[in-house]
Amino acid sequence: MSEIAVEARSAVKTFGQGAAAVRALDDVSVQINKGEFFTLLGPSGCGKTTLLRLIAGFETPTSGQILLDGADITALPPNRRAVNTVFQSYALFPHLTVAQNIGFGLEMLGRPRAEIAATTERMLALVRMEEFAPRKIAQLSGGQQQRVALARALAPQPKVLLLDEPLSALDLKLRKEMQVELKRLQLETGITFVFVTHDQEEALTMSDRIGVMRAGRILQIGRPVEIYTRPANRFVAGFIGESNFLPATIDGGRLRLAAGTEIEADDLRGRHGAVTVTVRPEQVRMVAADAPGALPATIRAWVYFGTDTHCHLTLADGSAVVVRLASPASGDAGLQQGASVGLRFAPGAVQVLGD
Amino acid sequence: MAPTPISNEDRAVGASTRRAWALATPALAILVLAASGPLLIVLVYSFLTPGQYGNVEWRFSLDGWAGILVTRDIFDGTLGLADAHLTIFWRSVKLSLLTTAITFGVGFPTAWFIATRPLKSRALWLFLITIPFWTNLLIRTFAIGEVIRREGLLNTVLIKLGLISEPLSIGYSDGAVLIGMTYVYLPLMVLPLFAAIDRFDMRLLEAGYDLYASRWQILRRVILPIVKPGIIAGSILVFVPSLGAYVTPRVLGGGKNMMIGNFIELQFGQGRNWPLGAALSMTLLVVVTIALLFYVRTANRGADHG
Repeated sequence: MSEIAVEARSAVKTFGQGAAAVRALDDVSVQINKGEFFTLLGPSGCGKTTLLRLIAGFETPTSGQILLDGADITALPPNRRAVNTVFQSYALFPHLTVAQNIGFGLEMLGRPRAEIAATTERMLALVRMEEFAPRKIAQLSGGQQQRVALARALAPQPKVLLLDEPLSALDLKLRKEMQVELKRLQLETGITFVFVTHDQEEALTMSDRIGVMRAGRILQIGRPVEIYTRPANRFVAGFIGESNFLPATIDGGRLRLAAGTEIEADDLRGRHGAVTVTVRPEQVRMVAADAPGALPATIRAWVYFGTDTHCHLTLADGSAVVVRLASPASGDAGLQQGASVGLRFAPGAVQVLGD
Repeated sequence: MAPTPISNEDRAVGASTRRAWALATPALAILVLAASGPLLIVLVYSFLTPGQYGNVEWRFSLDGWAGILVTRDIFDGTLGLADAHLTIFWRSVKLSLLTTAITFGVGFPTAWFIATRPLKSRALWLFLITIPFWTNLLIRTFAIGEVIRREGLLNTVLIKLGLISEPLSIGYSDGAVLIGMTYVYLPLMVLPLFAAIDRFDMRLLEAGYDLYASRWQILRRVILPIVKPGIIAGSILVFVPSLGAYVTPRVLGGGKNMMIGNFIELQFGQGRNWPLGAALSMTLLVVVTIALLFYVRTANRGADHG
């Protein structure tokens, strides 16, 4: 099951020349398995779309290789790669009907009419758009266009489907629906999906694995739970979900916060001296100020979010900590600003960050 | 049922409609009088008898219309098919179609080039395209004549480059007329094509390329159908004036290679056969109208069924 569908080997992409040259991709290597839902996650300008365009063939790497099913496709043009793309703008053909759009790829491949009709029919059913077959693209809503774009890219049965922030143009509710829909399509078709997004929630909910990118490099690759609970560095911890960052020192295998309290961490990563530790807001519990072993803190503010409430506190050394609590039924946590409390970190929740 | 009382709102709408009509009246009057007045006169003249020294005599006759296709032998008075007329019609249609085709062939890459320039330089390119409009058509046509004549610029350059040894004799031929009309009408093709290509979403090229289309298939299956309105507009703008061209064939075709426009002029001048000229004018109008209707119908079908 862990056969590799698509692979980038030391891919470098530079735009521009000389002093103005921009390194969009800086020696990126990644292996994406067959049947996997792989997400490239990162802020805009991190190189995730460039990597996608290298796989699609719209850009040629400055150096490095792209492999599809083990074969080097670096020099092949897009129309000779068994890879299809769902574009951010959908890029549907406005002069064709929904059905003609979906059949376009197969038609260009020179497949027989009967096969094109049958596959188009199947794709329409797959994305639940049967009754829209004869419509023109301009007569569809954004969500419907999204489905047609998916069906069009899936119809030629590509080895890899590339999705370039396909949900970013949809409103929140539709986006949530399409997230579920995309996952269903991926499971039903068994096609490898490479999904590009800057939305960490999208990445966490849909992916089998996530590659977090920044400034042309992949910082960490892992399952969503790994990325979330064991971020490799401060950027990953901050970009995916919210996190508290606390200065600390490691001395003789013991971890001591700058605020003075000694705490437990699973893995000190062989570090020594000054480090940063991270802990997710939902992994911090508030206890009585005089509870044994608790970290003394002072409440600064409460922020109400509906399902949960955030409490902002400061430690003895002035560093800030956010605690996320399920909102109490009364809507009032009871403790006032300025009150002294104790904090405890859930076991295994404290991570020592790499650089 | 009681009659619906007229509300203030209806009254206001009525008043504003009346005002709009009143404001449009001068323009409408000019259009109706200037367009249909002369046309009516031409139509009436086509059914009259030619006068001795030009003009018309007010006697009904169908000779003008018959003269389009048949001609009476001056010696024995027998009727025969007017071969010379048919040659002129055929040349007009042929040259106009060729002009349209060549301006499209040359104009499409040009329009594509301009539409894909950065926004800043695009204005400059468009400006360059419109420069010929600044000079009088007659002067431009003579200029082209200078370029293509036996001892002209084109032949001099080609001989100097060693590409030809004998000068090409392009002057005063259908070829010369074709070159002239292509030059004169090229901007009329480029501008509507540019407008259509400018609206074209270039991202569709990637979509087509991604979906296994070759470059040729992208051109034929994606670009051309989408910019079709521009192609139709450009073709109409070139074909219609080409068919009625007067100055270019007159200057570049010499006396021999007449087109309909010159032939009509001849009837009102030396030919002294105003009814024939009028009938020819009406025929040209009908042909152009039919061509336009055909274009419009094709265009609409394209919009409906892709």
